[in-house]
Amino acid sequence: MTQISSKVLNRRSLLAAGGSVLVAGASGLLLPAQAQGLAPTPSMSGGTNNYRKGVPVVNRIGKGGFWMTGTVRRAGDGAPLAGQRILIWAHTVEGREEDERSHGATLTDKNGAFRLEMPQIIPIFGQPHGHVAYESGGFKAVFLRPVMRSAKDTSLEAHFVLQPA
Amino acid sequence: MRRISSFSRPDALLTGEGRSARAALIWGLLVAVIVIPIAASFTSPFLEWRGPVYIGAGLAGMVALGLLLVQPLLIAGYLPGLSSYRGRRVHHWIGGALVAAVLVHVAGLWVTSPPDMIDALLYQSPTPFSPWGVTAMWAIVAVAVLAGFRRRMGLRTWRIVHMPLAVVIVVGSVVHAMLVEGTMEIMSKAALCAVVVVAAIKVMVDLWVRQKKTRPMGSSPDGF
Repeated sequence: MTQISSKVLNRRSLLAAGGSVLVAGASGLLLPAQAQGLAPTPSMSGGTNNYRKGVPVVNRIGKGGFWMTGTVRRAGDGAPLAGQRILIWAHTVEGREEDERSHGATLTDKNGAFRLEMPQIIPIFGQPHGHVAYESGGFKAVFLRPVMRSAKDTSLEAHFVLQPA
Repeated sequence: MRRISSFSRPDALLTGEGRSARAALIWGLLVAVIVIPIAASFTSPFLEWRGPVYIGAGLAGMVALGLLLVQPLLIAGYLPGLSSYRGRRVHHWIGGALVAAVLVHVAGLWVTSPPDMIDALLYQSPTPFSPWGVTAMWAIVAVAVLAGFRRRMGLRTWRIVHMPLAVVIVVGSVVHAMLVEGTMEIMSKAALCAVVVVAAIKVMVDLWVRQKKTRPMGSSPDGF
């Protein structure tokens, strides 16, 4: 609970500081975080672009060299969700975003964490970014599109807070 | 007619030889500032993972940015060897080429990734540079369409219409180009963008100053 109230305070002070792009991005995550605890993560704009259905769980996408990591928790109490299927795809050194070989899925461990090795992401459409999605049905689908700070980064994270479907 | 051709020509005082050396220098610099960034983009490591359509789309964008530099120089008569009449004619043709380059840019990106291009055109893109580019594109289209009516508008009205759109085109395109993380090499890209902005400002300021000088208060403006 202390964590949540500090987030609200943080958001207030950020908003007071002025409307930066960062705030616009973060306020969506923090906005409903009041009475009901941890708020669900909203999908990001462009998150569903080049999505493919029925992607299998794999040990690694292509030859690897880059890590996509993150966590999956339940809205409200923030409990980690184990065994959740997370889809990952991106434009990489081994293929274009829409290519089948650029897609893969992984499952979260008992701590709700996931980690999948994939080829190095390179900028596409002017921004180095990946796609990470949950769409297995137990919870509402969430499509994230995290952006790398630098095109030279060798890892990227995405965090999900899911609400029941 | 006379008014338009009376842009101050600093080289008028130079001798023939000095003038041609100056002309060569200006043209050489112009070609270099446009061609170097395009040439540098061909050394980008990203090209290895791009198809020809995507590469062509990027190239069309760079060409469009280069043409943006030529446009104000042409209309102001700053390019040696082109009479101001011919400069205006070429300005119109380059305007058409600019529309074509932007169309190729958008079409190529659409083919490369339709959902991303559609997001951009609908102003729903997650990428911060897209709305700048799309806004500049609409301003270019607007100028091209309105240019068909410029004689009917008269010179003064046409300038009132064209100038704000030109500002939108230059600012939108430069911000768009600078924010994109693509195949362009950053230094040569920044240099081209800076020169595009400086050329546009210089020509607009000169035009404004000259208009103030040639038209005393209360005199009636006339078109051509």
